[in-house]
Amino acid sequence: MAKHHIEATVNGDAIEFLCETEETLLDVLRDTLHLTGSKEGCSSGDCGACSVTLDGRLVCSCLVLGCEVDGRRIETIEGMAQGEALHPLQQKFLEHAALQCGICTPGFLVASKALLERDPDPSETEIRYWLAGNLCRCTGYDKIVSAVQDAAATLRKG
Amino acid sequence: MAETQTNGNAQTYVGTRTIRPDGVDKVTGRARFGADFNLPGQLIGRVLRSPHPHARILRIDTSKAEALPGVKAVITRDDFADQSSEFIPAGEMMMNYKDVVRNVMAREKALYEGHAVAAVAATSGAIARRALKLIDVQYEILPHVIDVVEAMRPDAPLLHDDLFTVGVEPKPDKPSNVAKRVEITLGDVEAGFTKADVIVEREFRTAPVHQGYIEPHAALATVSEDGSTELWCTTQGHFIVRAHCARLLGLDISKVRVTATEIGGGFGGKTVVYLEPLAIALSRKAKRPVKMVMSREEVFKASGPTSGATVRVKMGATKDGKFVAGFAELKYQAGAFQGSPVQPGVMCAYAPYDIENVKVIGYDVVSNRPKVAAYRAPGAPISEFAVESVVDEIAKKLGLDPIELRMMNAAREGTKAAYGPKFGPIGLEETLNSIKKTEHWNTPLRKWQGRGVASGFWFNIGGETCASLTINEDGTVSLMAGTPDIGGLRASLSMVAADELGIPYDKVRPIIGDTGSVGFNFLTGGSRSAFSGSMAIVEAAKQIKADLCARAAKLWEAKPEQVEFSGGHVRPLGALAEKAKPMSIADFAKIAGKTGGPIGGYGRINAQGAGPSLGTHLVDLEVDPETGRVTILRYTVAQDAGRALHPAYVEGQFQGGAVQGIGWALNEEYIYGADGKLQNAGFLDYRMPVASDVPMIDAILVEVANPKHPYGVRGVGETPIVPPLGAIANAMENATGIRFTELPMSPPKVLKALKERGATAG
Repeated sequence: MAKHHIEATVNGDAIEFLCETEETLLDVLRDTLHLTGSKEGCSSGDCGACSVTLDGRLVCSCLVLGCEVDGRRIETIEGMAQGEALHPLQQKFLEHAALQCGICTPGFLVASKALLERDPDPSETEIRYWLAGNLCRCTGYDKIVSAVQDAAATLRKG
Repeated sequence: MAETQTNGNAQTYVGTRTIRPDGVDKVTGRARFGADFNLPGQLIGRVLRSPHPHARILRIDTSKAEALPGVKAVITRDDFADQSSEFIPAGEMMMNYKDVVRNVMAREKALYEGHAVAAVAATSGAIARRALKLIDVQYEILPHVIDVVEAMRPDAPLLHDDLFTVGVEPKPDKPSNVAKRVEITLGDVEAGFTKADVIVEREFRTAPVHQGYIEPHAALATVSEDGSTELWCTTQGHFIVRAHCARLLGLDISKVRVTATEIGGGFGGKTVVYLEPLAIALSRKAKRPVKMVMSREEVFKASGPTSGATVRVKMGATKDGKFVAGFAELKYQAGAFQGSPVQPGVMCAYAPYDIENVKVIGYDVVSNRPKVAAYRAPGAPISEFAVESVVDEIAKKLGLDPIELRMMNAAREGTKAAYGPKFGPIGLEETLNSIKKTEHWNTPLRKWQGRGVASGFWFNIGGETCASLTINEDGTVSLMAGTPDIGGLRASLSMVAADELGIPYDKVRPIIGDTGSVGFNFLTGGSRSAFSGSMAIVEAAKQIKADLCARAAKLWEAKPEQVEFSGGHVRPLGALAEKAKPMSIADFAKIAGKTGGPIGGYGRINAQGAGPSLGTHLVDLEVDPETGRVTILRYTVAQDAGRALHPAYVEGQFQGGAVQGIGWALNEEYIYGADGKLQNAGFLDYRMPVASDVPMIDAILVEVANPKHPYGVRGVGETPIVPPLGAIANAMENATGIRFTELPMSPPKVLKALKERGATAG
């Protein structure tokens, strides 16, 4: 069967690609567009390492088919920093040592950004439940939650 | 910034919370992990795995797969020469190449569901998958055995007909599934029990749990026509991977160059090889690069986990609370090949305590499960869980405070450990004191809530380590280490280098060198990389400082004793100070060519003197009597770090280990059906803790300096996973009055226990 021709926006850039029906958005991002910041931890939507936003909504890119994103807007970890300036979440993750191995970090950052866009002042419990779809095996989540709280405070100050 | 002195150097950075040098790459998605590497013209490799837990492989016909367009290579057992039996150290465990070659590719038999039977390289993953279906394997299905106790029965199905139990007299004349019996003794345990006023004996069971790293195993290999081999893989030890691959594939070590990619978690599980030799064998056959990545299901079925076990503990104490005898018998699952962490389990069981009479026996037992791999303080959480549970029960029987009881019996400097050595300075008492002083320990609890405490021990290791410091032309420093950075190593080593050389932290750029760039390094494990790496950096810096002093003496036409290195400069002393001006490292860098050539130092050491790290954990939890679900309400870790090079990453080790322990205690387990197949090979059903399952984890850094390390460092990574199992079981007893002896304490088990008891306590 012929490949699908897809046009979409990725991190603000108009792009087009061809994909097989069974290819996931994660496959397309990593293998076709070479955006390897989104990670594959499980391929079943359980670990959140492949988190991206699709038209502003947080999704696991391993659960979205490449051919579903025609005409849509995708944001990945690669689009998070603006020029030389890290996003406050990225900066706070570094300051709080909120990563050890770093494999889950892109997913946590994308998910946290989506949270703070919905709710600029989430409670600790709200942060923990929002991030419950992202697995981290190194940190025990403590410093991740602190970093998100601190980034939220920074963003609120504008 | 506060400055302290160690080793004659000002400590500007050591002990502070610097930003890790590799951090920006990791928050922007730029860092390249195992699966992020690609080469032009690469093929995709996939593995055919046994659907049976135990089966003889009668015949493998790959002809149809080979004929499929796009398939470039197929490999089976025939592509690997057999290996003779030889035990070699692998992390804290032992391994045997005869088993390794069989584990990476089944030979006579498939020994567990998921055991590799063949592998294919094709122009796409889809073609490779199709090719796997075309491989015809004829199996003779054999009876299997999963449980460790059943595997020890004389009539159990035998995995290896040449496995005779080592360590028993007389030498057995029949093979069995018991590979080894080990024993340690101190004093006379039987005599010890006669002095006891109270004796508690219990049997415990723990389930196998997986290390659970989020990054699956991945390897990319390319072999040229002359046999030169390059490999990129996610590993805790690329030198070890090189050794294994060279051995299994009959290559000279010098022909194999291995680059450790960024590693997405390991916890011991990435100290062995799975895909790496297969990728090389496929590439050698196809003469093209081959990339292989495991699926999560493959990670669960064919890598890790750690042992499940059955443990019997019997302890005796006087009525005042002095421990007088400790006995334990440990039966650890090794998986399909021998080599469980029962030996360290035996050694650690009673290590936190000063007991005159100890006897611990361990059995290493094979069964039809994936071969276990190291998992954070391998073996120790299991045996110490059992002992810490019994310690708590003794405290209850004697009406003593559990912290006081531990304090009374705590191992301290000079204590003779049952496993051999006399301890130097260690910090168990300090951690117990710190916990006792917390507000946490003194807050009241409500109905269905419980509080538990437990301590834990891990040896820590040192070992072979090479690291270099190179002074660049502009005075900046390139640091090269050879142990993969799994959570802040580059930051820690750069801080030590900056302080040793008296230069700004951001002038040091660290990298992890490949096997061709730096001398041999043992792997990242045993909590050795920051300990040993910093010792190698101190040595490298020492050479640089001596060299610069010699160059200065020559330039200034002075005697060696007239110059010294301090604060990043070579300084003239005495009368010379009037004639010559101090010279910085950057000053020397500019004139390196005229004063003796390139400037650098190379630490090449076999690090000794790793000090044990002891810790104490305190947990509050609440049991839901309707569902059996347990919620962790509050958690505090106190652990002796010796000296925390980077306090935030040390705390991170404490917190992460505690949460892995919480998962082990409450939820995680390998669940097998009667068919011998794993039923929960995915993150949905193998339930690791998520952010909403746990509270903040308070971390208390205790620093009892390790006198054998220039900065006082102890390894810190392993110990934090040891106490949680016991602490949570003790809190469960406190909450419900029920002594849980079987892990995990998952909702169905808790609910059943509450129902049997009549759910009246709390």
